Amino acid sequence: MMRDITLGQYYPVESPVHKLDPRTKLFGTLALIIALFVADNVFCYGIAAVFLFGIIAVSKVPVRHILKGLKPVIFLLLFSATFNLFLTPGEELIHFWVFTITKEGLIRAGMMAVRLIFLVMGTSLLTFTTTPNQLTDGLERSLRFLKVFRVPVHEIAMMMSIALRFIPILVEETDKIMKAQMARGADFETGGLIKKAKAMIPLLVPLFISAFRRASDLAMAMEARCYHGGEGRTKMKPLKYRTADRFAYVILLVFPVSVAFLRVFL
Amino acid sequence: MGIIRAKNLIYNYIKRDEEDKIEEINEAVKDVTLDIEEGEFVAVLGHNGSGKSTLAKHMNALLLPSEGTIWIGGRDTKAEEALLEVRQTAGMVFQNPDNQIIASVVEEDVGFGPENMGVPTDEIWRRVDECLQAVGMSAYREVSPNRLSGGQKQRVAIAGVMAMEPKCIVLDEPTAMLDPNGRREVIRTVRELNKKKGITVILITHYMEEVIHADRIYVMDEGAIALEGTPEEIFSRVEELKNFRLDVPQVTELAYNLRKKGIPLSPCILDIQDFVRELAEFRKQRVSL
Repeated sequence: MMRDITLGQYYPVESPVHKLDPRTKLFGTLALIIALFVADNVFCYGIAAVFLFGIIAVSKVPVRHILKGLKPVIFLLLFSATFNLFLTPGEELIHFWVFTITKEGLIRAGMMAVRLIFLVMGTSLLTFTTTPNQLTDGLERSLRFLKVFRVPVHEIAMMMSIALRFIPILVEETDKIMKAQMARGADFETGGLIKKAKAMIPLLVPLFISAFRRASDLAMAMEARCYHGGEGRTKMKPLKYRTADRFAYVILLVFPVSVAFLRVFL
Repeated sequence: MGIIRAKNLIYNYIKRDEEDKIEEINEAVKDVTLDIEEGEFVAVLGHNGSGKSTLAKHMNALLLPSEGTIWIGGRDTKAEEALLEVRQTAGMVFQNPDNQIIASVVEEDVGFGPENMGVPTDEIWRRVDECLQAVGMSAYREVSPNRLSGGQKQRVAIAGVMAMEPKCIVLDEPTAMLDPNGRREVIRTVRELNKKKGITVILITHYMEEVIHADRIYVMDEGAIALEGTPEEIFSRVEELKNFRLDVPQVTELAYNLRKKGIPLSPCILDIQDFVRELAEFRKQRVSL
């Protein structure tokens, strides 16, 4: 059912990774991204692979499940790999018609592919092991320093979590409106792209109206429950670092440093 | 002095045209004076557009009176610095269960009010436990609100208000969007809170069945209070109620007509079972005579 839709598809199992503080996991993802962009030789990628697959093993999320997340980026992957393969100058390996494959191109295409795959795997691991709520909480805490620059961090986080709460409700509503219009002869299935897009207009108008109405109701309900912004607000579930988080931070710091070290000295 | 007191309360919805000139003034609440004591269960009955929801919003300072004054716990709602205190004294439950649940986990939603009030974490947890228990939703504390039925969602909303530990709860047509089962669930919960915890309840509704257990009923029509009294007093005026476009249940009307013919039935008959029981009682008495 569409009812159970969740952003990023949280994978609910009990594991040490799931129990980590969301800030630790955010930092870990950042460390992975930095390390992958710094990496430029096989050893660097070797360490990244050990790091990534190590975490995946601990997280108890099946590797096959994570690989499924690669489907949407396959095209991008092939695209960038092909360009790297044919357009890198260097020692020629194969030549036919206007295409040349070079040794450097082969290596570079391979690395590019691995880099992208690791990137997608790492970030989807974050959403598999962290609920959307924890993620917004984590973001709110880690970005709190932006308040100095007058960025309304708390408000943005609140908006994100409310948006997440209303996704299933609006999906259900879209479904209802669609059925009501289909019952009166609306056609959403046939025709070209433009015709299909046009058919969506009578769907979007009522959906927007009802969304605004809901927003106004919700704002009133929040006010009635004393909501007055982030000031003076306490947390029911405050984020707290535990021993496991400290341990994780050590690994998360050692990992990008060692990748950088290998890049410089090898 | 009561916990909620209004004196000559008037509220106008003002419709303006594009040049900000007043186009139309709609008097939603006209000269309402009322006094509600702490611990009372008060019902406000009225058909659509009778001004009952507008009145309810005044009790939470969501609307401020155009004229007149309303005091919540002795505080004038017009005073801006009293706003949060007013809202903590009188909590409010709305009609649409989906549009008042803020968090995507039940327990976090119940904790939302106390979080806003700056209650310490341990205390929030204590209140959430207690309130979920009070509405009988403890088993669902970690569930997403989307998986609950309408009645359950409304009970969560009540728990969310309870967690702010108000002296008084205003329920603005809490059952209008629910099925009969959900309606019973919600009304039972509200009555229990009133009985066991002594919370003042103001129930706004257009279902007569729901107000039978109230201590006092206000009937609203065209923005003004038309009738006031105990359920017995109100229900014995069937003709007037029909004039206010309230749905009088068929059995109540039948009992009313029979009473007019001299059969001593209670004026508070709202369902068929009560009617049958009373009639059987009456026959037994007649036979024994």
